[in-house]
Amino acid sequence: MARLILYRLLISVALVFAISLATFLLQAAAPGDIARTILGDHFSPEAYQRLHHELGLDDPILLQYWHWLTQAIQGDLGTSPISGLPVAGEIANRLPVTASLVICATIATAVGGVALGVLSAVRGGRVGRAVDVLSLIGYALPSFWLALTMVTLFSVTVELLPATGYVPLATSPAGWARSLVLPVTTLALPGIALFAKQTRDAMLEALSRDFVTALRANGIPERSIVFRHALRNASIPVVTLVGLTLVSLLSGTVFVEAVFAMPGLGGLAVQATSQHDIRMIQGVVVVFTLVVVTVNLVVDLAYGWLNPKVRAR
Amino acid sequence: MSRKLAAAPLGYLIVLVLACVLAPVLAPYSPNATDLDNVLSGPTVQHPLGTDGLGRDVLTRLMYGGQVSLVNAAIVVLTVLLAGVTSGIAAGFLDGWLDKAFNWVVDMMLAIPVIVTLLVVLAVFGGNQTVAMISLGILISPGLARVTRGTTFAVRQELYIAAARVSGLPNRHIVVRHVLPRVAGPVIVQLSVLAGGALLIDAGLSYLGFGAQPPDPTWGTMIAEASAVIDRQPWLLIPPGVVLGLAILAFGMLGDYVRDVTAERTERVPARPPRRPRRRISTAAPTTALLSIQDVSIALAGTTVAENLCLEIDTGQTVGLVGESGCGKTITGRAILDLLPAGGTVTRGSMVFNGTDLTTTDLRAVRGSEIAMISQDPVAALDPVFTVAQQVGELVRRHHGGSRREVRARVLDLLRDVDLDEKVAARYPHQLSGGMAQRVGIAMALAGEPRLLIADEPTTALDVTVQAEVLRLLRRLQADRGMAILLITHDWAIVAEMCQRAYVMYAGHIVESAPVRDLVDRPLHPYTAGLLGARPTRDRRGRRLAAIPGVVPRPSAWPSGCHFAERCALATPECADPVPVFEPEPAHQTRCVNHVLLSEGGGHERTSAECA
Repeated sequence: MARLILYRLLISVALVFAISLATFLLQAAAPGDIARTILGDHFSPEAYQRLHHELGLDDPILLQYWHWLTQAIQGDLGTSPISGLPVAGEIANRLPVTASLVICATIATAVGGVALGVLSAVRGGRVGRAVDVLSLIGYALPSFWLALTMVTLFSVTVELLPATGYVPLATSPAGWARSLVLPVTTLALPGIALFAKQTRDAMLEALSRDFVTALRANGIPERSIVFRHALRNASIPVVTLVGLTLVSLLSGTVFVEAVFAMPGLGGLAVQATSQHDIRMIQGVVVVFTLVVVTVNLVVDLAYGWLNPKVRAR
Repeated sequence: MSRKLAAAPLGYLIVLVLACVLAPVLAPYSPNATDLDNVLSGPTVQHPLGTDGLGRDVLTRLMYGGQVSLVNAAIVVLTVLLAGVTSGIAAGFLDGWLDKAFNWVVDMMLAIPVIVTLLVVLAVFGGNQTVAMISLGILISPGLARVTRGTTFAVRQELYIAAARVSGLPNRHIVVRHVLPRVAGPVIVQLSVLAGGALLIDAGLSYLGFGAQPPDPTWGTMIAEASAVIDRQPWLLIPPGVVLGLAILAFGMLGDYVRDVTAERTERVPARPPRRPRRRISTAAPTTALLSIQDVSIALAGTTVAENLCLEIDTGQTVGLVGESGCGKTITGRAILDLLPAGGTVTRGSMVFNGTDLTTTDLRAVRGSEIAMISQDPVAALDPVFTVAQQVGELVRRHHGGSRREVRARVLDLLRDVDLDEKVAARYPHQLSGGMAQRVGIAMALAGEPRLLIADEPTTALDVTVQAEVLRLLRRLQADRGMAILLITHDWAIVAEMCQRAYVMYAGHIVESAPVRDLVDRPLHPYTAGLLGARPTRDRRGRRLAAIPGVVPRPSAWPSGCHFAERCALATPECADPVPVFEPEPAHQTRCVNHVLLSEGGGHERTSAECA
């Protein structure tokens, strides 16, 4: 277990370095540079030279990376040349929006998916087929299209929920919840389908094992067999899905925040991309990667906690 | 998925590709031709899928827009194929730290947030589609690389390949002849799914405005344009969404189909819903035995797997059920507790336990507290995620209840009863030896103080010395508790040591039953005689081990007469007719027409058409 965690930690640190370095190298390889972006279309060569020097662009690229890295470790991700705002501050401002979205969507995914999966494993028949259909829909429909359709249904046709925008939790908890219903549903739907399918398969696998027969034979009631024994065993493969789901949820926020005009990190990334604000998007990538590796670590710990064979190692 | 069903997604994709490729020929309008008289028209005769905010024909724009999407998806798929398969094969030939490094890289790449990273590429390269799609392909290739590496590695490990490598078979040959054919299936499955994912991401990026620039159509920009007029003409969302969704669905279904065709078939046993009390009318006759099985037939998924079973167990008695694998012994044991696999039912007869017919009652009150069971594979019979104390404790709580402390004390008592140390309580099943696991299994079975224990091959999976200990334990527990045992086994030594009476089962029939001594000394069925001959014993040392020629017929291939006739040296034409049960000696029954040939003395004879 300790070795597994150590391995994960090493990989995680290496990944964060690799991602940030790769974005830096990409910048160097790209046509145009930050100085030119800042100066716009008309500028004098002297002004360009001066700015180029001020920004440290004269230095070799690896030295530039080193400067960025030493500051990044202290929480300073640089300044956006486009908006002039500090990258870390911008990210901190927008983080609560994306965090609300992703955390709620993860919970909805796990709870909804596992419940549906257990139900369809135990009941089969009509529920099973419904889960199949749902998982096909969740798999095939683009999240942004689904989002727009839901806006049409719930905000335009019947004015039930706000179509766009975000209300901070501190301002109004009810408004916060209402503003999250549609985006979280859109985000969670594909994941719910995936979880339901995997949970069902894992439950069916667990329920077909020898120990289930032995427990039934010795008088353990069906409720305990399903919820205590089979579900606990099935949770071992299912919990590894949480990490993968989170990666796709983070990707999903890019689209969903755009549709619902939510001022989160996904929206920031899109805006930075269209403005060629590489500093800013680099910061977003690093933060997203940090979130993913942290969650992967937690998932590994949970996996070990659930699976005695791993824990013992 | 059937072949017919797989034709639908394939057909859809072919039509889609043709429609997009042939758009310049087929499309009714030019993609950017505006018709300002028919803005946001909805479906009409001139515009079957309607027009957008500028009066442009939606069908035409869908066809032209698909060109971009399909080309982009193709770039992604090709990149994944090249990057994933080549790196996977290369890694499969690596050893040592290079192989480890490959795994590190794959683990790292699986944690990259793909879309945001893709946005970096788009920001740097100013929205260059091709670069973005190639990057996407590389970012999502590690999954395929891992699959390919696994297969390559497995092929390399196979003995004949290893041997061929020693004698100088070039790696190129191994890859082309052995690895590629084997990875083709999984690769196609993954690529098919990834193609759908690529379409999705491509549409998403162009929805965000990072794809082809207006006025040129893409599916993503069409959705974006539709969203701008969502309150005036929501219909516009439907065509691009449905076309795109169906394409992704089609790729996914094709992938599923290829997986079904290529993957090794693993039978998926559906979970059995909890049974409601069975609505049969009891046919039971009064009996003094603890368990009396009368004329029971069992069917699995409509096929009869055991018929006319008659078996009696008295209180405190040990009864053996003997036969080769596949004769129906385990099914019979399971049927008693209504634990047949899905689709299994008792179709006839009665099983009276202690005055109630088990085939007509709810067994929840019986399992564990009246009849319990221990299984063949002791480790697999324990739940791997709970400790011994938790598992035994749950049964103690179920059958006796009590406070936490009382339960704990009882658990330790039970463990002591089966000669296990207190320390075992805290262990998980994977930390137990087979013998210890079986003792835990016995402790769990004893938790409800049952009057009958069904022991299904309880020692088959154990070492010989451990076998003896477990059998001794069972005998002692039986003597202490006055518990009856139905011992299912194929081992005559165990029958002789443990049982008072034994039933010999062959192909779903009980062919002979008698007190064990009589059965071993004077078998009256050729199958029993054959089984006893097939048993290695010391006094026959030097002689060839006798074996019964042939195999047990499958239930669907049972003959109408004696099930054993095909393998029987004594078979006569009469054996083709249904065989009644004879009782040539008191309490000794046989289902053989020619049993006289086996008995020296003969004795009085009685025919009973029902039970052996």
